[in-house]
Amino acid sequence: MPKDVIMKAPPDEKRFDVIVYLLAAVIIVIVLYPLLFVVSASFSDPAKVLNGEVWLLPKGVTLEAYSNILHNDKIWTGYRNTLIYTVVGTSVNIMMTLLAAYPLSRPDLPGRKLLMLIVTLTMFFSGGLIPSYLLVKNLGMVDTMWALIIPGAISTYNLIVMRTYFESSIPWELQEAAHIDGCSNWRLLISIILPLSKPIIAVMVLFYAVGHWNSFFNALIYIRSEDRYPLQLVLREILMISQSAGADGGNVGLEDQILLSESIKYAVIIVSSLPVLLMYPLVQKHFVKGVMIGSIKG
Amino acid sequence: MNKAEIHTTAAAPPSRREPGRRLIRQIARRYDLYLMLLIPITWYLVFHYGPLYGLQIAFKNFNPGKGILGSSWVGFEHFQRFFDSYYFWRLLWNTLSINLFSLLIAFPVPILLALLINEIGSKRYSKLLQNVTYIPHFISVVVIVGILTVLLSPSGPVNMLIQALGRTPTRFMESAAWFKTIFISSNIWQNMGWQSIIYIAALSGINPQLYEAAKMDGASRIRRIWHVSLPGIVPVIVILLILDIGQFMNIGFEKILLMQNNLNLESSDVISTFVYTTGILKGEYSYTAAIGLFNSLINLTLLLLVNRFARKTSDTSLW
Repeated sequence: MPKDVIMKAPPDEKRFDVIVYLLAAVIIVIVLYPLLFVVSASFSDPAKVLNGEVWLLPKGVTLEAYSNILHNDKIWTGYRNTLIYTVVGTSVNIMMTLLAAYPLSRPDLPGRKLLMLIVTLTMFFSGGLIPSYLLVKNLGMVDTMWALIIPGAISTYNLIVMRTYFESSIPWELQEAAHIDGCSNWRLLISIILPLSKPIIAVMVLFYAVGHWNSFFNALIYIRSEDRYPLQLVLREILMISQSAGADGGNVGLEDQILLSESIKYAVIIVSSLPVLLMYPLVQKHFVKGVMIGSIKG
Repeated sequence: MNKAEIHTTAAAPPSRREPGRRLIRQIARRYDLYLMLLIPITWYLVFHYGPLYGLQIAFKNFNPGKGILGSSWVGFEHFQRFFDSYYFWRLLWNTLSINLFSLLIAFPVPILLALLINEIGSKRYSKLLQNVTYIPHFISVVVIVGILTVLLSPSGPVNMLIQALGRTPTRFMESAAWFKTIFISSNIWQNMGWQSIIYIAALSGINPQLYEAAKMDGASRIRRIWHVSLPGIVPVIVILLILDIGQFMNIGFEKILLMQNNLNLESSDVISTFVYTTGILKGEYSYTAAIGLFNSLINLTLLLLVNRFARKTSDTSLW
């Protein structure tokens, strides 16, 4: 409807359109500005950034920060760890979510209501941080990759989204027909359901993978050895060190470290967010679709 | 459920005399579905219901050597200690106020954004606005707080602007007075686009004839938004509001933790960060488990109240 509204718009409507377009432009600027600033600062001379000379475009263009990062072992280790955690973690997530979502989507499963209750109840209460931490500790997963993967193996929200997709997008008649032809449930899942569910699986891979890539809190409490730190923890050290040092008055030994982290701060932000942001335009459509499927709610 | 009934009767003719045996047959025929569920359901029991069992340490003096069962009971001692502590009111106020302000200020923003996007005539422009506002959603909390730190630092662009206007710069990140404002506004910046998706979808589902009819009746654009668009998405708004309140006491915990420092502790100290620093870092497990339980109970109570209220007043509720 909006198109024809513009065409035969009375003056009042035109004024309204102007306001709408202006507002939209303001929002775009507000959202993009912080990101542009970080990009510009990452290519600028650190001294000029510290002096507050950079506000939109880079000043004293240099690639020094990026070459510093190339030689920073900590960042590379973090990158490698995060990559491993993301790949292994996402695979586990997808497998577990599939195995739960498919049977629960079957209308002919006796006890489905009870099982769904067990699953959905967990969205509304939890034992809390301390009991969960003690559980992971007792299972001997502290300071291993598994502490980052197993406790979060299924996101209940994603499970419900996937289940809704199975229920609404795969015709039940098709499954019945396969059954009559003597197809077992496992084969049904692998050779009929899976190929038909590529879009939703893509969405889930993206949801989970971004989650793993960006998560830091689990690593903060469970990972002790520095060589197992994911990227976000390394990042936190680099980004927060100057802040906390500034707040505590700072001491001489830290000075060099602060200067170094000050100079690579911006570049590190870029480098760590790049994979997700590069992927973003490619998959943006799917993300949106995932949210929509979730909102239909079965 | 209806479909299921039809299917099962088609597959196995009902024998009314033996409903029990019929059920067993149904289950046996689908044993492989239960096999699929075995690992996930076990996982749910261990990782979601296990901690609930472990929650009993809130009423005990947990001793790692003795284990959860072996530790001695102390009743409500930990709760009493928390209620009597000097920081109790500070923690409660910060937790409630941050979330209440978020709800009041941040919750309506995605709705307004969706209404705005819906009013944009040019498809390309509205797509641009959507895609731009989605970007921050994919940035990690660590990076968000990093960006905040550099933007608001004494030599950052915000303070440069303040100085250019002839005012004195502020150390925003180390200021208790600014903490909540920064926290909430950056949350809006990060999430408004993403959260607007559901509203946009709901808006696109509104029957165009309603708009036409309103136009015929001489309703202005504003009136059409007010009388057609908004009522069309009220059920979605209610559901999301309830879901948000279901997370009331936990919102933004990671970000608060990252933004916290000694200088802004006065307004950044919330129950969940206190549980982390005192429980995980200092090892006072029983005490902080009790505090966590107190937190969840408030949360659950709120959720139940709001859901009931919504069901009574608007027919829309979670259950």
